[in-house]
Amino acid sequence: MASIETGGGEEKKGKPKKQTLRVDFTPMVDMNMLLITFFMFCTTLSKPQVMDIAMPTNEKLNEDEEVKVKESKAITLILGENDKVYYYTGIPNYEDYTTLKETDFSPEGLRALLLDRNKTIVAKMKELKQEKFVTNKKMSDEEFQARSKEIKGDKDGQVVVIKPTADANYANLVDALDEMQICSIDKYAIVDMTEGDQFLLENLKTKGAYGAQAAPPKK
Amino acid sequence: MGKIKVKKQSTFIDMTAMSDVTVLLLTFFMLTATFLPKEPVQVLTPASVSERKISEYNVLTILIDTQGRVFLNLDDDNAKKSVLQLMGQDYGITFNDKQVRSFIEQSHIGVPMSRMSAFLDMPLSAQDEEIKKMGVPTDSTNNQLTRWVKHAREIGGDNMQIAIKSDQTTPYPDVDKVMKILVAMKENRYSLVTTLKKMPEGL
Repeated sequence: MASIETGGGEEKKGKPKKQTLRVDFTPMVDMNMLLITFFMFCTTLSKPQVMDIAMPTNEKLNEDEEVKVKESKAITLILGENDKVYYYTGIPNYEDYTTLKETDFSPEGLRALLLDRNKTIVAKMKELKQEKFVTNKKMSDEEFQARSKEIKGDKDGQVVVIKPTADANYANLVDALDEMQICSIDKYAIVDMTEGDQFLLENLKTKGAYGAQAAPPKK
Repeated sequence: MGKIKVKKQSTFIDMTAMSDVTVLLLTFFMLTATFLPKEPVQVLTPASVSERKISEYNVLTILIDTQGRVFLNLDDDNAKKSVLQLMGQDYGITFNDKQVRSFIEQSHIGVPMSRMSAFLDMPLSAQDEEIKKMGVPTDSTNNQLTRWVKHAREIGGDNMQIAIKSDQTTPYPDVDKVMKILVAMKENRYSLVTTLKKMPEGL
């Protein structure tokens, strides 16, 4: 294998013949391979990614501080078991069990729904991204962030309320938050289920039979 | 007998170039890579399109496994030492130097305070086995998680970031409990550790 010859075969009269020394580097290359394999498995060059969230505080807001949202702009997502997502828009009608609809996390499900409801903002974000990556490459990152924040903070944007159930898992929550980012929705909140939501969920699952027996929750 | 001699064919491939490249690769890896922290339980984090990287220093990582057990990781060794002293004061336990060193060497915090002294006296390999079964208590009667995070925040200052790392299949109520504990402490901003997913086409 790898070897280095020292000296040479030069013979000079009267001088003792130099002997060629063979240094075998096989163990060294072997050790190098082992060390590289060790480092490849135990270390990482990339740092893990994170997704920031900010939760609302527990402090009670005064009546006038609470933000009023238009019914057409509000949608509530209920994260259920087995990666199912139920939703209703605006204020639900407790008499009708079809106000709660079912969808899933596939691109044709929740994402299509949210993109459709958030059409104008998604279109503006697409233009901005086009500008940043294609036409105006000199746009700085800060400017991009500032402008996207401005677009997403538009008063007419969708407001999403995410209510996970006890049957949902962590991946469902992260997927829901991910859809917020994909559909350019900046206004969302993670809150607990209320009795009304539980009622709607039971009602949908039993196709109205539950609602026929139990009384709808007080508003 | 040896009458028949097989002619030895010596093949000399000059491997100098290859050993040269391997030495270079090795040096590169040794200098640039960071060791992955050893975790009591391996978790598979969910995917997200978020591209923001976690900050390098001053991060408190809360690891939640599939059974809802909570482990904490603080990357700054000095901060870890101070937090241990403060927790010891709260519960009236003092730790000797050997225990403090063992605490710093153990990558994650995941033992109730009542078992902490005995735990730190065990050798590291035994600790790894034990910690998997325990976890920081989070129930409302014995909420040690609040104290740990409070002290970590006191030592780490405002720059310290909190990250929650959990498995995809962890039931939501376990994560919710931790999030509610954080909100009760007025820690409203934190990050969720995710793996990278490509942004869908056309968006």
